[in-house]
Amino acid sequence: MPSRITISYKVPDARATVKEKQFESFGLKGKNKSVSIADAYTIDASLNKKDLEKVGEILANPLLEKYSVNKIEAPKKFDWLIEVSYLPGVTDNVGNTTKETIEDLLKKKFKSGESVYSSQIFFVTGEIKKEEVEKIAYSLHNPLIQKSRILPETEFKKNGLEILVPKVKLESKSTVTEINLNITDEELAKLGKQGIIDKDGTSRGPLALDLDFMKAIQAYFKSTKRNPTDVELESIAQTWSEHCKHTIFANPIDDIQKGLYKSYIKEATNIIRKKKGKKDFCVSVFSDNAGAIIFDDKYLVSHKVETHNSPSALDPFGGAITGIVGVNRDEIGFGMGAKPIANVYGFCLADPKDTRPLFKDKNLTQKMLPPRRIMDGVIAGVNVGGNCSGIPTAQGFVYFNDRYRGKPLVFAGTVGLIPRIIKGKDSTEKEAKNGDYIVMVGGRVGQDGIHGATFSSEEMDSGSPATAVQIGDPITQKKLSDAIVKEARDLGLYTSITDNGAGGISCSVAEMAKECNGCSVELEKVPLKYPGLEPWKIWISESQERMTLSVPKSKWEKFNELMKRRGVEATVIGTFNNSGKCKVTFDKKVIMDVELEFLHNGLPKKQLTTMEEKKVFVEPPVQNNSNLSKTLISMLKRLNIASYEFISNQYDHEVQASSVLKPLQGRGLVNADAAVLKPVLDSKRGIVLSAALAPTYSEIDSYKMAAASIDTSIRTAIAAGGDIENLALLDNFCWCSSTDPVRLNQLKKAVKACFDYSILYGTPLISGKDSMFNDFKGFDKDGKPLLISIPPTLLISSIGVMKDATKAISIDFKFARDLIYILGDTYNELGGSEYFALLSEEDKKEYVGNNVPAVDGEKNKKLYKAFSKCTESGIIASAISIGRGGLVVALSKSSISGKLGAEISLEKIKSTTSDNFTLFSESQGRILASVNPKNKDKFEKTLKGNSFTLIGKVSKDEKIKIVGKNKNEIVNINVADALKSYKSTFKDF
Amino acid sequence: MKKQKAKKNKVKVLVFSGYGLNCEEETKYAFELAGGQADIVHINDLIDSTKKIKNYQILAFPGGFSYGDDTGSGKAYANKVRNHLQKDLEEFVKQKKLVIGICNGFQILTNLGLLPGALTFNKKARYLDRWVDVKVESSISPWLKGINKLSLPIAHGEGKYFAPAETLEQLNFEDRIAVRYTKGEVCEYQNLEANPNGALEDIAGVLGYDGRVIGMMPHPERALFTTQLPQFPFLNEKAKREGKKLPKVGPGFQIFQNAIKFFK
Repeated sequence: MPSRITISYKVPDARATVKEKQFESFGLKGKNKSVSIADAYTIDASLNKKDLEKVGEILANPLLEKYSVNKIEAPKKFDWLIEVSYLPGVTDNVGNTTKETIEDLLKKKFKSGESVYSSQIFFVTGEIKKEEVEKIAYSLHNPLIQKSRILPETEFKKNGLEILVPKVKLESKSTVTEINLNITDEELAKLGKQGIIDKDGTSRGPLALDLDFMKAIQAYFKSTKRNPTDVELESIAQTWSEHCKHTIFANPIDDIQKGLYKSYIKEATNIIRKKKGKKDFCVSVFSDNAGAIIFDDKYLVSHKVETHNSPSALDPFGGAITGIVGVNRDEIGFGMGAKPIANVYGFCLADPKDTRPLFKDKNLTQKMLPPRRIMDGVIAGVNVGGNCSGIPTAQGFVYFNDRYRGKPLVFAGTVGLIPRIIKGKDSTEKEAKNGDYIVMVGGRVGQDGIHGATFSSEEMDSGSPATAVQIGDPITQKKLSDAIVKEARDLGLYTSITDNGAGGISCSVAEMAKECNGCSVELEKVPLKYPGLEPWKIWISESQERMTLSVPKSKWEKFNELMKRRGVEATVIGTFNNSGKCKVTFDKKVIMDVELEFLHNGLPKKQLTTMEEKKVFVEPPVQNNSNLSKTLISMLKRLNIASYEFISNQYDHEVQASSVLKPLQGRGLVNADAAVLKPVLDSKRGIVLSAALAPTYSEIDSYKMAAASIDTSIRTAIAAGGDIENLALLDNFCWCSSTDPVRLNQLKKAVKACFDYSILYGTPLISGKDSMFNDFKGFDKDGKPLLISIPPTLLISSIGVMKDATKAISIDFKFARDLIYILGDTYNELGGSEYFALLSEEDKKEYVGNNVPAVDGEKNKKLYKAFSKCTESGIIASAISIGRGGLVVALSKSSISGKLGAEISLEKIKSTTSDNFTLFSESQGRILASVNPKNKDKFEKTLKGNSFTLIGKVSKDEKIKIVGKNKNEIVNINVADALKSYKSTFKDF
Repeated sequence: MKKQKAKKNKVKVLVFSGYGLNCEEETKYAFELAGGQADIVHINDLIDSTKKIKNYQILAFPGGFSYGDDTGSGKAYANKVRNHLQKDLEEFVKQKKLVIGICNGFQILTNLGLLPGALTFNKKARYLDRWVDVKVESSISPWLKGINKLSLPIAHGEGKYFAPAETLEQLNFEDRIAVRYTKGEVCEYQNLEANPNGALEDIAGVLGYDGRVIGMMPHPERALFTTQLPQFPFLNEKAKREGKKLPKVGPGFQIFQNAIKFFK
């Protein structure tokens, strides 16, 4: 008999107060009187009354809460009850913790199938209609993972709230089916696209294998004289997915036979490393889960940035949390295991005020979540994932564009720290040995995340699988991470390790099997969340918080003993061997037996071709405004410029005690684009992190877009104290419609720019990731078909090592009378600029413009080197890289964060354009710096031979004043007003 | 030989770990910087008696997210401690020894009943990371000897101190309010409100057992160096202009130093 313990608050509950306000915003102001919240635990286990009382006592903090067993303490008077609970099979972290707590308290283990399920009960009081309470309930849950129950008070008083047990009930179907491949090409193509159809007629979801791939599989199995099993076909689909094999970057494109990745990305890094010779600081690049550079004699730092776009569109919270804890595992699985020391994030979203509904299906039954829900969800996901893991969130950004309405982009990255030598061996070298056990460590396997890898290789439509949704459990992972990185690693208890991400163990085991050339898996040994899972699901499930290790037989006992003591589950699921095959059995029956060579290299190459499309965009009419104060205020309020302080300060950036340059800087707490950390407590060395993207340039010129992204990312790191001689880059390509030759042409150009500029700057590309199909195919509110593709987006992240973290430079002006310099030249380069976007909105037109900023790499590199010399000698008081919004936005940020004014003249500025264009141009290679007048000569001497101009000074009168070329005043605003505008946009978030 | 002897005489600190606690490394570092010898010990190693509480002079419950704050911050970890280590802990606090709980550690100590009151959701019901200023209220605690004011970071979702009126009255009467949020250097620098979470009577930390047991929401172990201060870039520039050198250690260090000195 299941029981339910309910915990309610005796003292004011801040959560309820916040909800009250939120509900009022649904047009219920005055109607919604009060909200109270109770936490419920449904215990599906045989506990007697005494035990239940004991459990209640420890679940309630007697000062704050009271408990009740099998009855709900409702408020004396309310109107509606809403209960939100998880759907069967969805990760319920609170439920799991409660189960563990009860087991520990009563000193007895739950029986198989017994569990605890958490839910929340909201009591709402007010004159609220049924449809209004439904709206409230919708705001409280995501129907893909949760269920809500609504009861009017009368009904609750009469019948109470029925106890529901969201237990997964699967018919035990441990069957494996043979898939007939002796079929026509047409049927083959259909099978590849739609996936396997089960006997009951339901589709399992996309295999994302096109006809060429299907034919290669057909030919392979013909040669083995049998049909594949469903397990084999699903497994090949995972391994060959765009997500895992990066076919678009690997395939020949036009006359580039070796493909974009080998010819441009990898080649650039090889060239740079050769050129650097003894100064090469790359250690492990392209071969592992992350890329690494030398930190000092003792340590390496590794970095990886991932995207988690498709899952975040469906369940923003779950998508983002699995994104961040997933990329943490890339570090834990780097080399012999790196300790995660910093997280970074980036969200590309639609305007949260946009309420136009989108539907996945023509009948308008599958509604997509609105932009605001997606925004709130992804922010909360990184909050829980990062904060709970004890990893500082050092840096991040939000970026808005209408074209992210169908699919948001969620970037999540992690920096790792690993000793260079572990147990006398190079820590980056790992090799599963013939005879080692295959060991799965961490969480258990459920239905969650089936087809994640193949799903993200497709555009999103009504066939997108709901099972692609997963929710992370950061604490299970934290236990795993600590046990591996802080203990097992240094005891030398395993020979190799990798993360279970896309494709689950089907990909991780087959990938590690390459190290010794073979594996044999006994799939029935994999621990499951609930019984009855079919073998193909066990094999490809993307259930979170799991790593795969190879453990020598002689070390297994010690390894398992340690894991048990740390509350981590470890299971031997097979053996690595040198058979040349990936063999899987289930209860001794062979269900997969495929040659590793075919599995990894059997996918046919496909020639890609590109097509140039020249587009000319509308330019705005000539602007003759002589007063730009108002324009500046409007710019500071723009989504892409405004403060997102509310995000930065809900992410812990102080844990691990490494923070030097923080996400919010100066007196005014302004968001900065670079961060500096001091990750080793007794070393003064630092790490600088920055990121940049310029998607609005892509349609005009994707080559220049990529060049600008690289230049901005590097420059931002340099301005914060980095050194170009010791800086590495990461590339994340998020593209759209990547079978379209025009999109491929844009891609090719962007990758070529990465090749050209990384070599020019001597900044190796050490890690990257791509996501090529960020398109949404669906319908608007009238059932009209829609295709929303993201603008081609390239995120360039920088990571650099600083010899002395105390040389870090923040963006805030520090003292009145300091000299303000602009370094670099300003051109008429406003194509795709934030200023043109503002003009477009004001005129309700689309002024994209055509002059995208161009990057003069030689010139900039010289400047950046000279700038670093100034950094070294400590003569710069503040510096900010000039980016989105141009000079005047950078100036305003330095002013606001220092709460000091500025007096600026454009008279001497090296600019080829009008005053307003000079202020808002996004020309590359520019830094705005302030310098103590005493350091004037030294500063100018160090920068000699570069373009720099003294344009004014920091002032005490707290006004930003700018005079134009003709000495007329064009801007005069109070710093306080600028600050207020800058912070107004997300004030209530 | 000499070195070994020195190690033997060092004050021994036990820093708890496991199940999502996550500030154990910097807490250990802080005690060692102050001259102690700190061991990070997983709670399961205490439960199975591999390590023993009684062999230490200082116990530290560091910050973190034990059990993900599921069922309420600090609750599940406290239950685990209570189920297995209650006696050892009672024995420990009876002696002239020290205990500190920082952030999640403070939440664990209140759930254990070693300190009065409770920590509940911040007034905005959202996790908050910022710096605060606190003023030392009590004169009884060895942890706080010689300290008047401190700037430290907070990072928590459930940091609002709550206690019934009579408890508050008693705490005040017994001089057991350790630190209160106040307007100080950081609040002035960044124009922030003093009390970040709505804590009753601005309480940021309380004391028990003659001031030997302290719990506080702010993180002194994250304020060991001047480089960690939010105004560090400004202070650094200012010092350069005045021809001065910034002190290396930050405001939080003294708390750890006090603890080690207590045994000397």
